[in-house]
Amino acid sequence: MLLMQFSAATADFPEIGTWRPEEIQAHIAFMGDTNAKLAAAGELVDGQGLAGVDQVRIVRAGTDGAPVVTEGPFPETKEFLAGYWIIDCDSPERAIEIAGQISAAPGPGGRPLNMPIEVRPVMSAPPVEV
Amino acid sequence: MDRHVEDLLRELAPRVLGVLTRRFGDFAAAEDAVQEALLAAFAQWPADGVPDNPRGWLIQVAHRRLVEQIRGEQARRRREDLVARQEPVDRLAAPAADAGPATDRDDTLVLLFLCCHPALSAASAIALTLRAVGGLTTAEIARAFMVPEATMAQRISRAKQRIKTSGVPFRQPDTEDRGRRLGAVLHVLYLIFNEGHTRSAGPQLRQVELSAEAIRLTRALHTLLPDDSEVTGLLALMLLTEARSPARTGPAGELISLADQDRGRWDAAAIAEGVALVTHALPRGPVGQYQVQAAIAALHDEAPTADATDWPQILALYEVLERITDSPVVALNRAVAGAMVNGPAAGLDALAVLADDSRLAGHHRLFAARAHLLEMAGDRSAAAEAYRAAAGRTASLPERHYLLLRAARLGHGAPVPE
Repeated sequence: MLLMQFSAATADFPEIGTWRPEEIQAHIAFMGDTNAKLAAAGELVDGQGLAGVDQVRIVRAGTDGAPVVTEGPFPETKEFLAGYWIIDCDSPERAIEIAGQISAAPGPGGRPLNMPIEVRPVMSAPPVEV
Repeated sequence: MDRHVEDLLRELAPRVLGVLTRRFGDFAAAEDAVQEALLAAFAQWPADGVPDNPRGWLIQVAHRRLVEQIRGEQARRRREDLVARQEPVDRLAAPAADAGPATDRDDTLVLLFLCCHPALSAASAIALTLRAVGGLTTAEIARAFMVPEATMAQRISRAKQRIKTSGVPFRQPDTEDRGRRLGAVLHVLYLIFNEGHTRSAGPQLRQVELSAEAIRLTRALHTLLPDDSEVTGLLALMLLTEARSPARTGPAGELISLADQDRGRWDAAAIAEGVALVTHALPRGPVGQYQVQAAIAALHDEAPTADATDWPQILALYEVLERITDSPVVALNRAVAGAMVNGPAAGLDALAVLADDSRLAGHHRLFAARAHLLEMAGDRSAAAEAYRAAAGRTASLPERHYLLLRAARLGHGAPVPE
């Protein structure tokens, strides 16, 4: 699983709401193209962009078991998950290669953003007979 | 897959299912058997050729499956129950007063009423309709909705169970119930269409075009009920909306607003058909929400340029629609149409009133409409801020990109396309 997750502290590029129109367009085209390539290579399982921080809700069970909902990510981290890809590829090296390509999505001035992309194994391997 | 075979099978699916359901009185079991017969036909017909009597072939295979299923059934009670009901159901139950001799074609209608029963959730009704009436496989439906096949299989089997336990009879609803039940059918078909229409910009290539499927099913319903003005209205609305889809997205997959679309890319034949349908339905009445929405879509589609749009007429239609539906989104669209006729200030006043409606509070569409009117009024920075606020609230990625782009165009002094 590749997580496009960052915060003001870990991203050294301006927020997308401040980019020029053609920069946003190039970024959209890059993401669409990336997904099409992963699908064509038979590696894409799922990928989604996630709604903005305003819509994040944190849920915990209260003492009576009913859900208690608090708004948003914690103010001290402001870290948020902007999107994710679940890919099915042959090796951890290949996952890292794909993450590196996504990280270089174009931003302001067409320069690569070099976004931090977390790579995490999904625990979906079949169990081994023991 | 041979296109002709596929079309034939999917047209026959509900008719074969109707025959089997009446013969055995068990919709859920018959539906499974028909699915298996369809899969067998999918496997054999393209290679061996279509049998002389394809309908008979399917009925025979499904019947055999159903008998095997009953024989193999472990639960004795269910077996006894089924044997007791070998008598065709329509002979056990008195037919409704307005029911003529049952035919395959009517079965399609009865199935639609059954699969779109108000006792089912929208998601269940959609899945069951696509499989039982549309003849799609569970795998195809799962792909179209981007959920795992096991999830979709469960959804369908729970829906069938629900129909079984609620004891809905396999026949036309009573006259008094009919209007409400037909409303539920139209709503489900509309939801299927919308799902296809709004998802088209997704990353995955869809195997099944849900909007095309919704149009196909609505067309079949229109053939069965040619005099129902709302069925006609819904078919017109779908055609008039779908006609614009080639122009809805740009080269980068970005959404393009109605005003900015290249109208030369609209489907003229679909527009002509949709306009003819809604023109035929409206004067005959009774007027309902689908006809009014179709009439609005027709006015947009008939305008050679965005500037030539007949906004006064659209505004009048939104006022009619508002009286019919009490939907906050309709009120929102009316405010925007009002701005096109009477200027942005009037529209912004109408939106300010709507902001108190709890159903719209914080809704991205409210912010997007406000942004649009602020832009019209020339307040670029407030408009950009409202677009960004809307972008932070939408759950649709293509829509968020669209809203961010609008904001960026305003924020960077780029010319805003008219």
